[in-house]
Amino acid sequence: MSHPVQERLRVVLYEGPGSTALESEERFETLNALLEGGYGVTRPKSGGTVSPEDDATVMLLGRFEGPAPLESRREDGRPALLVRDIERRGAEDVVAQVAAARDQAGIAEPGQWTPWFPVIDYDRCTNCMQCLTFCLFDVYGVDAEGQIKVSNEDKCKTNCPACSRVCPEVAILFPKYRKGPINGDVVKQEDVQKESMKVDISALLGGDIYKSLRERQDTARQRFSTERDESRALLERKRCLGELKDALDIPDEVLMTLPSAGDIEERARRAKEKAEKRKARSQSVKDGGASRAPSQDEWGI
Amino acid sequence: MKDGQKRAHLYCHCAYAKVIDPEVKRQVLRGLSESDVAFEAVPDLCEMSARKDPTLARLSATPGLEITACYPRAVRWLFHAAGHPLPAGDEVKIHNMREESAEVILERVIGAPGEKEQEQEMSS
Repeated sequence: MSHPVQERLRVVLYEGPGSTALESEERFETLNALLEGGYGVTRPKSGGTVSPEDDATVMLLGRFEGPAPLESRREDGRPALLVRDIERRGAEDVVAQVAAARDQAGIAEPGQWTPWFPVIDYDRCTNCMQCLTFCLFDVYGVDAEGQIKVSNEDKCKTNCPACSRVCPEVAILFPKYRKGPINGDVVKQEDVQKESMKVDISALLGGDIYKSLRERQDTARQRFSTERDESRALLERKRCLGELKDALDIPDEVLMTLPSAGDIEERARRAKEKAEKRKARSQSVKDGGASRAPSQDEWGI
Repeated sequence: MKDGQKRAHLYCHCAYAKVIDPEVKRQVLRGLSESDVAFEAVPDLCEMSARKDPTLARLSATPGLEITACYPRAVRWLFHAAGHPLPAGDEVKIHNMREESAEVILERVIGAPGEKEQEQEMSS
């Protein structure tokens, strides 16, 4: 992910000693509004268990009966404890208070990115690299041990589950996808068979679909180069890519941003090279000739 | 986790997608907020996982964690993807709001109606 979390805010809805409990509806509306606003909330209860304190800035919300607890800072000056009295505050007002404190503490605004990205089920993954080969948006990479991993979550195209459809082991999840097993539902034997029949990546790399796309696009390009009708060109491109849409459930907006057939062929060529290097390295390891994992440069990633 | 110790509970609001019935989320959150259960509520586990949010380290290290979110396979691998895998085995219970009703989930998390009163009578 390009922007991992740095500073964090832990909102605590406090109703313990020294405070007045919220009305039931008020508590629910406050919790719901905070969550909808992208803020996590800890709700401690006497005798209950919540996760321990960490280095997040704690923001204590409560209806304090006496003097509110004192705010504090860490040695480095960052706020450790922020306190807000929410007496006579509506839920939206509470969210605004939290947002203002977040701004003041220099913490990033939540909810700026739709979290759509692949999650690998390593119990199923065989490290075949078909996802890396297939993904057009550089979402995948490999770690130092040559293990496939998701490297660029934010490059993934929202609502595009195409890589999961080419995974022969149904090992790629999109938790927000509408259907199983891609959404994380239990994988059944028929799912494995069904998914493997959807797209044969070797056939793709062999050029069957791409060759067809290229031929169609070349024909279209010739025609449109004389007509110079961009909107018709786009329509033709969309029609050509319809095959992929049907097979892989790729959304229209993603289809319209796909690279050209030439780009795809180049990518396939690079992927083949990578696979060959990997195969050679694997053979070398078997023969006792190499003892280290391939570097990212060697993978060409 | 020690005998008799209450489980820590984590609720995911899945705020950035419409894959969970809003009424189920509403009922579960309302049930939790009206109960005596201490809990952590997060806007969206997916976003936290993608951002490698250190909060997930804190949560995965919480003994006896019980999670209400979506499919257990998805939840487990989201934590793993963030670099903070959940403990293996059955130590972590996961309830699935995409498949289970709010009533079933709340009964498991909070207990059947009247159960709490029975517990209180037993302990007094």
